[in-house]
Amino acid sequence: MTTQSATTQGQSEAKTGETLLSVRGMKMYFPVTSGLFVQRKVADVRAVDGISFDVKKGETLGLVGESGCGKSTTGRAILQLHRPTEGSVNFDGTELTELKGAGLRRFRRRMQMIFQDPFSSLNPRMSVAQIISEPLAIHGLYKGAERRDRLDYILNAVGLNPTYARRYPHEFSGGQRQRIGIGRALAVEPDFIVCDEPVSALDVSIQAQVVNLLEDLQSQFDLTYLFIAHDLSVVKHISDRIAVMYLGHIVELAEADELYLNPTHAYTRALLSAIPIPDPIVERERERIILEGDVPSPLNPPKGCVFRTRCTKKDQCKCSDTVPVLEEVEPGHWVANCPCCMTK
Amino acid sequence: MARLLEVEDLQTYFFTDEGTVRAVDGVSWGIDEGETLALVGESGCGKSVTAMSILRLIPNPPGRIVGGSITFDGLDLLNVSDAEMRAIRGNRIAMIFQEPMTSLNPVLTIGQQIREAVQLHLGMNDEESTQKAIELLTMVGIPEAEQRIQDYPHQFSGGMRQRVMIAMALSCDPKLLIADEPTTALDVTIQAQILEIMANLSSELGTAVLVITHNLGVVARYADRVNVMYAGQIVESGSAVDIFKNPQHAYTRGLMASVPRLDDTEHTRLATIEGQPPLLVQEINGCAFRPRCTKVSGCNCSTTKENNPKLVEIEPGHWVADCPCCMTVN
Ligand SMILES: Nc1ncnc2c1ncn2[C@@H]1O[C@H](COP(=O)(O)OP(=O)(O)O)[C@@H](O)[C@H]1O
Ligand SMILES: Nc1ncnc2c1ncn2[C@@H]1O[C@H](COP(=O)(O)OP(=O)(O)O)[C@@H](O)[C@H]1O
Ligand SMILES: [Mg+2]
Ligand SMILES: [Mg+2]
Repeated sequence: MTTQSATTQGQSEAKTGETLLSVRGMKMYFPVTSGLFVQRKVADVRAVDGISFDVKKGETLGLVGESGCGKSTTGRAILQLHRPTEGSVNFDGTELTELKGAGLRRFRRRMQMIFQDPFSSLNPRMSVAQIISEPLAIHGLYKGAERRDRLDYILNAVGLNPTYARRYPHEFSGGQRQRIGIGRALAVEPDFIVCDEPVSALDVSIQAQVVNLLEDLQSQFDLTYLFIAHDLSVVKHISDRIAVMYLGHIVELAEADELYLNPTHAYTRALLSAIPIPDPIVERERERIILEGDVPSPLNPPKGCVFRTRCTKKDQCKCSDTVPVLEEVEPGHWVANCPCCMTK
Repeated sequence: MARLLEVEDLQTYFFTDEGTVRAVDGVSWGIDEGETLALVGESGCGKSVTAMSILRLIPNPPGRIVGGSITFDGLDLLNVSDAEMRAIRGNRIAMIFQEPMTSLNPVLTIGQQIREAVQLHLGMNDEESTQKAIELLTMVGIPEAEQRIQDYPHQFSGGMRQRVMIAMALSCDPKLLIADEPTTALDVTIQAQILEIMANLSSELGTAVLVITHNLGVVARYADRVNVMYAGQIVESGSAVDIFKNPQHAYTRGLMASVPRLDDTEHTRLATIEGQPPLLVQEINGCAFRPRCTKVSGCNCSTTKENNPKLVEIEPGHWVADCPCCMTVN
């Protein structure tokens, strides 16, 4: 067994492939200030509290966890939409946390984001053509007639009729708006897309259409995804590997099937058991682990293992105040090594 | 088991500027005592309007129950007085909705609200009702209930508020609990907590449950029987095993195939249902699923009102809308 040190150790060789993105010891704290005349920092929201992982070229890394655990913040901090408080974000050999201005803008073209809410993430006063062309203008790509061709090409790629280009977001259904959001991300030929809950707001039949579209685009354009969602069934379907987050930490990271078949952290096991399988016969036999209580506040997280307040073994728990680190229990299968949370 | 609720040919319409929205258009179904029935279908298919019709909470205008009957425990619900209906609501028929914050009064403590409910429905005095409130909160797993009854709703998390709603809903020992997307706004581990509490309490008390959800996993885990709704109508109805293991209507099969399963061992492409559900402002003649049905090109199903599909019983307790192209031909 090896232990991952936050700054040097890469991911295992279980799945070979070039690393596109490498995150090490990344923290993202948001200051909470108070004071009538002088704003003083009184505390930090520890949204992301020291996470490390790699994403390989062409893969989909799923990021799951309950709301507030830091998934969106992770995505935004990778894209430098928030500047991380600490740690390193290396994209294709370049340290993004040190970039500014034009240098950063060049990388921003290669890294795009798709959002959950297709209703609020599109400007209602812009037509579809304007929404998709805007990033092209910002990055100075495809000028004049080429831009119109590019627009048609993108609309076709995301399954929208090019004659819709002059319409406005309110004229579309939820699934179609999500296609517009995907088109906007795709327009600038990115390598990497953070998909932040892209199907969570959609009905199941529409969700399936969008999931299939994302898979098709990935193979057509060699895309790499960080796929964020709270629905583990969808994440398992689309992801090669999955990282499970809890209160700003990654508690487990493994290949998708391995995570389902051999969940090793107590939180992962509870999360899996909480997700019902749409099959009444399978459901009758399934183990249920019902966690007590709620997730603690990231303003004042538990010391040591962040899961300790909800751990089913918390009464016998002898874990110390040392923060668990990811340990490789099987090739490519990493678990936060809290002695009570890990099953051996 | 005795029939508790019988809905017959219910039609609930909304008369809007855009036209008449046929939100529920001629559905018939029932619930037995103590049974859990799930109403499933994609958003806008008429699930909530069905529930609101039973509770007689359809906003009028623009809405109105224009036809059919609802019989609950021998009572003709569409013809009892408003006062009688108020006495039934929250008492013999209890309800839980998606967002508990809007159902709780923000300026009253949790304790005051539970006490008010049990005083009203159970005729208890102050001291008894305080004890009852503590007992109920403890029952739904809220720690330190003696202190927490003094808290206001905003001091509770979403999951705790929903547990309060369950405690209040079940406090008067209702015969029917209507839960409309009770856990949709909650995280999965909290969702599991809430559903487990709801299922345990209702089986202890023998409460029948109408649970409305779009989550097929939740249906598989908790429902005895399932009604699948599409465009204001029921297209299939049967036991949970019938619906999941032997779905017969093209829409039900499409829904089942479009959800990824945690226990899928290999990656297969998700099946999709192309297109979207119809708008309910146009009257639908013939099969409502026709525009999305994959067999429509070779299909000669009728598009006249007279030939609207009807539910037929294809095996005991398993009913399917009899559109010739949507039904599986064995
Ligand atoms: N800009 C911000 N300022 C302050 N706190 C924030 C900010 N963004 C997120 N947070 C907090 O950080 C935590 C993680 O949030 P988020 O990353 O959005 O979680 P998730 O996407 O997993 O639901 C939450 O407690 C949230 O309230
Ligand atoms: N107050 C209202 N006014 C007009 N139309 C309504 C109203 N309430 C519901 N509807 C319409 O009735 C149909 C069914 O809605 P609903 O029962 O809420 O669907 P769901 O299955 O998602 O619960 C929808 O087309 C909706 O737009
Ligand atoms: Mg988020
Ligand atoms: Mg509804």
